[in-house]
Amino acid sequence: MSKLTREEAQALIQEVLEVYPEKAKKDRAKHLMVNDTSLESSKKCITSNRKSLPGVMTMRGCAYAGSKGVVWGPIKDMISISHGPIGCGQYSRAGRRAYYVGTTGVDTFGDMCFTSDFQEKDIVFGGDKKLTKLMAEIEMLFPLNKGISVQSECPIGLIGDDIEAVSKKVAAEISKPVVPVRCEGFRGVSQSLGHHIANDSVRDWILSNRDGQAFEKTPYDVAILGDYNIGGDAWASRILLEEMGLRVVAQWSGDGTLAEMENTPNVKLNLLHCYRSMNYIARHMEEKYGIPWMEYNFFGPTKIAESLRAIAAHFDDKIKEGAERVIEKYTPIMNAVIAKYKPRLQGKKVMLYIGGLRPRHTIGAYEDLGMEVIGAGYEFAHNDDYDRTIKEMKDATLIYDDATGHELDEFVKALKPDLVGSGIKEKYVYHKMGVPFRQMHSWDYSGPYHGYDGFAIFARDMDMTVNNPCWNMLKAPWLKQDAAALQQAA
Amino acid sequence: MANIMIRKGADGYVFYMPKRDIEDQITSLEFDTPEKWGGEIKLKNGGIYFIEPQTAPERLPYSVRAKRIDGVE
Repeated sequence: MSKLTREEAQALIQEVLEVYPEKAKKDRAKHLMVNDTSLESSKKCITSNRKSLPGVMTMRGCAYAGSKGVVWGPIKDMISISHGPIGCGQYSRAGRRAYYVGTTGVDTFGDMCFTSDFQEKDIVFGGDKKLTKLMAEIEMLFPLNKGISVQSECPIGLIGDDIEAVSKKVAAEISKPVVPVRCEGFRGVSQSLGHHIANDSVRDWILSNRDGQAFEKTPYDVAILGDYNIGGDAWASRILLEEMGLRVVAQWSGDGTLAEMENTPNVKLNLLHCYRSMNYIARHMEEKYGIPWMEYNFFGPTKIAESLRAIAAHFDDKIKEGAERVIEKYTPIMNAVIAKYKPRLQGKKVMLYIGGLRPRHTIGAYEDLGMEVIGAGYEFAHNDDYDRTIKEMKDATLIYDDATGHELDEFVKALKPDLVGSGIKEKYVYHKMGVPFRQMHSWDYSGPYHGYDGFAIFARDMDMTVNNPCWNMLKAPWLKQDAAALQQAA
Repeated sequence: MANIMIRKGADGYVFYMPKRDIEDQITSLEFDTPEKWGGEIKLKNGGIYFIEPQTAPERLPYSVRAKRIDGVE
């Protein structure tokens, strides 16, 4: 399909909104916009971070998902207890593919599920005793854990259990940090508040633990914030930073440890990849410890080179030379990747609908492959994310916030993109519609996609999906025969 | 009243309100001397906020309570 003009895009939004009742239409209209690169602020054009409408399908998660699944879960040497009924813990276990090094069950616990498995009697009589007992068991069975975090599920907030008191008591007994996290699922409108709550609990219970202790500093210390090591992302990023001469003190929180987090206040610069989920702690460290922070983007060679230079600009000439050396080393390799895949992907259109960062961050990588992003949207982004997105997107492209199932389906039917990148809940819908689809939350069981190494895999995966012969085979055979017979008859 | 954070950007002060995710350039600050700092803050997006005049913070970023007087939220 050829590119839409501004008026056509506007008309498409109107058409999609037509099915809603009056009130819902008015509300949803605020969440859809046609991009205008001349805008400086998204404020007047798009509303975000609002409660989803009852009755329409939303793809959002909950505060618990944001805290346990994203921020706390990947810390490998801490045990995250899913405090409450068993479902939340079990179904959020190991699905995010945050890789780590270690022996699971001995010194690392990322893939395991710890839950207090609430029953009716715990709701009636309270679960504090059970939590105390659970922590004692953890301490006995897994003595190499470095700390415990208590991730509350909805009932904890509803019945008013005092997890803070239990945590303080147990922390004193076992002399390890025990962090109560009030991330009950009903808080906020999406997982975004869970990120915020998790950041605040890191700030209150972890960050200042080693203040005043000796730490061997170098002038090149940095921390990677907001990289959850999906399919090994943080590793692919880390080697580039180390290659240019920096010392990565901490990874937050993919393949990260408690000690790394406690040492983070000693770094010179915080590098922030996922702005949405970790800007809070970066801002706090800037205020309390005077550590500057910057956003960077490690998707696609163009953006990586830009980011490496921007990072190097915070340091001396040695690092600047290092950045140039790294870029120089990988450019021929990247050119070979682009030469291989660009002819196969040139001009293909992509629609994205992902969490809170990737729709704008991956645009550069798609453009490096000659692909064009014609629509982008976030599940749980805030206005500052849309401010940044408007600049990245082309004019007259669609931007949608907290898109409903209906809206997304209709946009895809009208725009006929060559690739849709979204989550697991949408994946099979589009497969059945015959639209090539990549699950972009956990890289469709592939990855890493960050860094130069990741880009080669990204390019291969996109080619593998878009040019897969299976998309021509989705028509039922009897329908095909009909067409062939008709042709013969004619 | 809401908590805001004021930090130094590339060109001048930057206003940030975590609760509303508003991040914007401060176009004018009523009092900007070491002894008296604060007063009315005008933002690029048209918002006007007020912080109690006080001695200037030793270093930025600095969190402070602010009152909204006018403009977009």
